[in-house]
Amino acid sequence: MAAARIARLSPGKVARLSLTQSRAMSGLSATRCGLPKESVAENGAPPRGKVLTIDTMNPTVKMVEYAVRGPIVQRAVELEKELSEGRKKPFQEVIKANIGDAHAMGQQPITFFRQVLALCSYPELLNDSTFPEDAKSRARRILQSCGGNSMGSYSASQGIDSVRQDVARYVQQRDGGVYCDPDNIYLTTGASDGIVTMLKLLVCGEGASRTGVMISIPQYPLYSAALAELGAVQINYYLNEEACWSMDIGELQRALDEARGHCNPRALCIINPGNPTGQVQNRKCIEDVIRFAAKERLFLMADEVYQDNVYADGCEFHSFKKVLFEMGPEYSNTVELASFHSTSKCYMGECGFRGGYMEIINMDDEVKAQLTKLVSVRLCPPVPGQALMGLVVNPPQPGEPSHENFMKERTATLSALADKARLTEEVLNTVPGISCNPVQGAMYSFPRISIPEKAVKEAAGQGQQPDMFYCMRLLEETGICLVPGSGFGQKDGTYHFRMTILPPADKLKILLSKVKEFHQRFTKQYS
Amino acid sequence: MSQTDVTGAPRRGKVLTLDTMNPNIKQVEYAVRGAIVQRAVKIEKELREGAKKPFTEVIKANIGDAHAMGQKPITFLRQVLAMCAYPELLKDDAFPKDAKQRAQRILEACGGHSIGAYSASQGIECIRQDVSRFIEKRDGGIPSNPDNIFLSTGASDAIVTLLKLMVSGEGRTRTGVMISIPQYPLYSAAIADLGAVQVSYYLDEDKCWSLDVAELRRALRAAREHCHPRVLCIINPGNPTGQVQSRQCIEDVIRFAKEEGLFLMADEVYQDNVYAEGCKFHSFKKVLFEMGPEYSSTVELASFHSTSKCYMGECGFRGGYMEIVNMDPAVKAQLVKLVSVRLCPPVPGQALLDLVVNPPQPDEPSYSSFMKERTAVLDALAKKARMTEQIFNKVPGITCNPVQGAMYTFPRITLPPKAIDKAKEEGQVPDMFYCMRLLEEEGICLVPGSGFGQREGTFHFRMTILPPAEKLEIVLHKISAFHQRFTKEFS
Repeated sequence: MAAARIARLSPGKVARLSLTQSRAMSGLSATRCGLPKESVAENGAPPRGKVLTIDTMNPTVKMVEYAVRGPIVQRAVELEKELSEGRKKPFQEVIKANIGDAHAMGQQPITFFRQVLALCSYPELLNDSTFPEDAKSRARRILQSCGGNSMGSYSASQGIDSVRQDVARYVQQRDGGVYCDPDNIYLTTGASDGIVTMLKLLVCGEGASRTGVMISIPQYPLYSAALAELGAVQINYYLNEEACWSMDIGELQRALDEARGHCNPRALCIINPGNPTGQVQNRKCIEDVIRFAAKERLFLMADEVYQDNVYADGCEFHSFKKVLFEMGPEYSNTVELASFHSTSKCYMGECGFRGGYMEIINMDDEVKAQLTKLVSVRLCPPVPGQALMGLVVNPPQPGEPSHENFMKERTATLSALADKARLTEEVLNTVPGISCNPVQGAMYSFPRISIPEKAVKEAAGQGQQPDMFYCMRLLEETGICLVPGSGFGQKDGTYHFRMTILPPADKLKILLSKVKEFHQRFTKQYS
Repeated sequence: MSQTDVTGAPRRGKVLTLDTMNPNIKQVEYAVRGAIVQRAVKIEKELREGAKKPFTEVIKANIGDAHAMGQKPITFLRQVLAMCAYPELLKDDAFPKDAKQRAQRILEACGGHSIGAYSASQGIECIRQDVSRFIEKRDGGIPSNPDNIFLSTGASDAIVTLLKLMVSGEGRTRTGVMISIPQYPLYSAAIADLGAVQVSYYLDEDKCWSLDVAELRRALRAAREHCHPRVLCIINPGNPTGQVQSRQCIEDVIRFAKEEGLFLMADEVYQDNVYAEGCKFHSFKKVLFEMGPEYSSTVELASFHSTSKCYMGECGFRGGYMEIVNMDPAVKAQLVKLVSVRLCPPVPGQALLDLVVNPPQPDEPSYSSFMKERTAVLDALAKKARMTEQIFNKVPGITCNPVQGAMYTFPRITLPPKAIDKAKEEGQVPDMFYCMRLLEEEGICLVPGSGFGQREGTFHFRMTILPPAEKLEIVLHKISAFHQRFTKEFS
């Protein structure tokens, strides 16, 4: 009924929700479902209507959900407040393992990057002998590329020229020499900005000709949120949980063929390494996806923000661009591809700077001109983030003074993450009722949890998704904040949660054992 | 495009073409970085490669970018930002105590004490509290609730987000958005992108670009025939026109918004840039509350501010905020949800905004230096505003309204009929033709008035007053000379 109600509130071109999503939304409060709120003024008379109400506002915005910062996080923030006001809880702190925010969980910034950023912020420091020469020379280079030699100037809308050149060099080096044209690089406000901009560009048509966009289930809910807001049609393809969340072309085909009945599929989004699922696709899979996109004429969007976060033996990051070009001109001259990267993940974890870029391959020239025009309206991405991206793609080289320390810090962070990935998989797999695929890459575990029937029923009684019910209980009892699998999408009748592997190892151990205890307690309570 | 690719195989059509892309995007224009700027960038490249031109540099007087034109950052702000970026510097004796305190406060409010952590999506809480305090002080004590403050990625971000929230309906019920002509083309671009209906109201050039409620009413009535007007946008101090609206005018606009059921959007990013005698910045919020509860408890208002203008000019940091007044709580919850999808505004920009609303106080070590720098920047701008008006008004065929505030001059230019004809021949709007000639002959990049909107048959250009005074003077004289030459050529 909730789903029908939602459809009525949102006439015309709206996102078609998957079954899982409709159910996810039915667990939402009335406000979230977009139902008009009853309101009466204090003296009992109906209040004068506001101009902007739930009924007069943008209907597609009402369809947007973003679980990573959704209701469970709002409750976690409330609990933190209560703790800070001295209220007694069964825990002393709230652990926000809901979001891929490394620094918030204690990871240290890379010294070299912050030195350069400080020099760029306050160039007086270029006279300070405590800063190494290589940091100073990078800072000077960045400042010389800025208007008035200041980070406070707007940059070119596509991003600072010299940074885009550095990005192109990085991409070329990463991809074994495959040419990268700096003019195809767009710096962005985090990868999210580039992804939303591309999706916006792709959306057209009405009804059965409305743009459809393929995205994995489970997915990072920026995609579902953006598609809902844009009124595009979300086309779900299921990753194979039994085969370590791998992709299956047969499943892509099924999803596409079914979608053609009610929309015009134009894009295929893939997140590799995966979020929330952590799988690192093998090279053959990437070739198959490219072949599929070429055959079915789909614009490929490759979200590669976790490209340095690869942990499992035998796994390797293969960039879509590299594989595309290695498949020869039949593909490399035709397949339209956008790849995305960010400063928020990998070993940097600089989420707050909102740095990112996208590389565009084989885009129609006239569309590219439109893209360039579109990004000009927002003037430019934040310059500190651009500077940071410039450093990420141009880090200290062997022979430079900061190289040794840089490598030490980078290696320490990545090894720690690898250790924590393994630890997580191990511990969670000792719990009856929890089944955790290897965390091959990225920053999360997405284990499957069995929820007893009685708990499922009680959840339904409270109007909650079963895994939201589970996670809320975990939060209230242990202070641990995770995101229920329903926020990312999952096969009907299955439940998961997403937890980051970011807390320091000793804290993570404690977290994992608390989750284990909770699961056993919860299972017992509802048996 | 050729019919075959490099291998000789037939070239299949692309997935994403002009015909299959988002049609709204094709309607988007943003003149401030449009065709003339692209040409200016090309010319800069040619100069670098040694091409001979009638000039040695291109002057980019098209965009309100103070630092690019040589304005210096405020020392205190940058000291704090450096310490936030690299907290080791907190131990450095060269930094003043008040800068260190601010840096420490900001860092403590960040996850893991790092500006690399995501912040709350609405913005760092203590910064929102500081913004509220700033607003209360500015507005003579009228309360500001930090929960009504949303930090944003520049003011543009918040403006677009709010417009997005308002767009609904189809055909005749589609949301209409009232905006001035001339306007800052973010508004027209966002309206086009969102598929909303632009409802233009003309500012009165003969009365120093003032706003006339009768004109608002005219525009609104006409618009109601074909759309559902829901929003009234006003830029004060104005861009491109520089007028600072009187208090009476602001009251009239508020009264009008209430009568007609319009959500008010007040773009106040130039609030410190007020130069003319007798002019004063009156915040919409303040006036609203001084009009009493009949208005202050009902009129829905959003006000916008930024770190890009005023005396800071920190465009690159993309700092900004909006204050929401009287928003429906259920809609506010939707807004909170919407901004969460993009995680958070850039934290360095949030930190910068904190310093702007919480600058050194009289009893603090950095105060006198800070005030000196701030005053120097604002005085320089005021002088350049006056100089610009004076010099342009000496030129036959150029009429320049006083630059009361903001950072631009938007003079009216008379173009000879022969020039207009020539422009048409070349497929160009007449003031673009004029500006392109100026660019090619003098290396000065301005934005034609057609990029902002103007009355039929009138022509203008927008020029910033940002270059250093001596350079500006030269630029003004070059434009004057060009205008006279151009007029003669086409007479």
